[in-house]
Amino acid sequence: MKHNGTAVAAHHAQAALHYVIVGNGAAGVTAAETIRAHDARSRMTIVTAEPSLMYSRPGLAYVITGEIPPRQVIARRAEWYEQLRLDVVHSAAEALDVSARRIYLANGSFLTYDKLLIATGARATPPPYPDASLKGVVYLDTLTGTKQLIQQARRGRRAVVVGGGITALEMVEGLIHQKVETHYFLRGKQLWNRVFNDTESALLDEQMQAHGVHIHYQTEAQEILPSRWGRKVRAARLPDGSEFRCDIFGVAIGVKPLLDLVQDTPVQLDRGILVNEFMETSVPDVFAAGDCAQAYDPWTRQHTLDILWPSAVAEGRVAGLSMVGARQPMQKGTPFNVCKLFGLHVTIIGQINPRSSANDEPEVVQHLSRGSSETWFSRAAHHTSAWSSAGSNTLRLVMDEERLVGALLIGEQTLADPLRTLIQAQADISAIRPALLAGGDELRTELLRFWHAYQKQVEQ
Amino acid sequence: MSLFSRLFTKETEKEAITIVHLGRVQADGGRCVQCGVCGYNCPVGIDVRSYARQGLSVDDPACITCGQCIQVCPRGTLRWERMVIDEA
Repeated sequence: MKHNGTAVAAHHAQAALHYVIVGNGAAGVTAAETIRAHDARSRMTIVTAEPSLMYSRPGLAYVITGEIPPRQVIARRAEWYEQLRLDVVHSAAEALDVSARRIYLANGSFLTYDKLLIATGARATPPPYPDASLKGVVYLDTLTGTKQLIQQARRGRRAVVVGGGITALEMVEGLIHQKVETHYFLRGKQLWNRVFNDTESALLDEQMQAHGVHIHYQTEAQEILPSRWGRKVRAARLPDGSEFRCDIFGVAIGVKPLLDLVQDTPVQLDRGILVNEFMETSVPDVFAAGDCAQAYDPWTRQHTLDILWPSAVAEGRVAGLSMVGARQPMQKGTPFNVCKLFGLHVTIIGQINPRSSANDEPEVVQHLSRGSSETWFSRAAHHTSAWSSAGSNTLRLVMDEERLVGALLIGEQTLADPLRTLIQAQADISAIRPALLAGGDELRTELLRFWHAYQKQVEQ
Repeated sequence: MSLFSRLFTKETEKEAITIVHLGRVQADGGRCVQCGVCGYNCPVGIDVRSYARQGLSVDDPACITCGQCIQVCPRGTLRWERMVIDEA
């Protein structure tokens, strides 16, 4: 860890504080790193309900596809915590008393804080069935849950997966890799329907079928049925009353910020913990960052939820700076995510909601899954889309009169970084707009030409 | 498997790795999700993730510039950067 000499010296004059961070994920750990870089002296404690050290949640998808063993997702070793002089308490934080500046833990103890960061993250939404805790009901949201999923997959023969987002798709891919006959139930008529258009969905459909996935469109499970002894999953009940036999039931119907600690406290909540651009909550010396925080977003001019890893890292950094008194506003970048699904590389940048009907208001929270941002689905008027597709390579641009506001690329990724830059910089594309709207090969060629000219212009 | 064929297999595996000189692996920290797929595939055991998450180039002297980490990264975080040699 490199320390900023001046900042450290300045802080030496102050009394040593106790920084308490609840949550050992991307936001919590980044905040700790940031705090220590500015304050060499103060005490720091990180509280986690999970048994492991900090791990990569997006990495869990690669654990079930067998690309890495579970231990490899651990992104910080014990030595890292020691070096940072960051104490780890493995216990759930159960209650917060802001007037006494205390948090009470499940192990019966309490911690008194000077500055508190809540970075509890989000967890998978459980299905609305009475038997959701049966053995065989699996989630892909924690390392423990992922290990259970793999264990179940070793014994299981037939799985049903529900959920319309990226996590459900990753779970399906993982189960196929684990050699489980996998049935994917979808409410709608297309895959990842909050994000994909018909063609993009069809492309992924083709890949999934080739990998042996059974996709059931417009199919919903209404109930999970238990085995004779009532402990394990035996089947899913379909709306027509029939039973669909399965021993694994994968759930990825969305995520919910973990807010238990702040319920019934003066900390203001909406769907997440409301924070300003400094990650400050409504209560002094209490901060929030990451998946549990609903931060102000200049793009949509609203407080939005982002369940994206880079957002959690960026928010953790801003929270850490605010906590040491070196406040810097959050400069939220363009939402950006890259994933690999059944061999297809998919990149999503900015606003890509393909819906055009004004009546079609997206139920964003319900469908927000790990790896997505509300900004993708936020509505902006008068957006046009342009399209280019060749084989398994597609490119969709979303733009207004003068600038690009979003893009979705499948396959060929050459334009991913240029598009990210152009969207972020709000570059004026009006000169090439007709060529972009023409679509096809011309779109790609013009965009590349424009990019090279843009780069030269920026360099000068 | 005979000793001869074992040696032969090993040799083939070694040859499969192309070593590219005069360059290094550079990371876009904003893309990194710290999954560790890079380091897991590094044949010399470099903790590539610790460089990648900070957006640093992999400056480990043990790096044999084989490019395995670039190929396996699921998020496109890593790329090859040619080193400019100062002729002066």
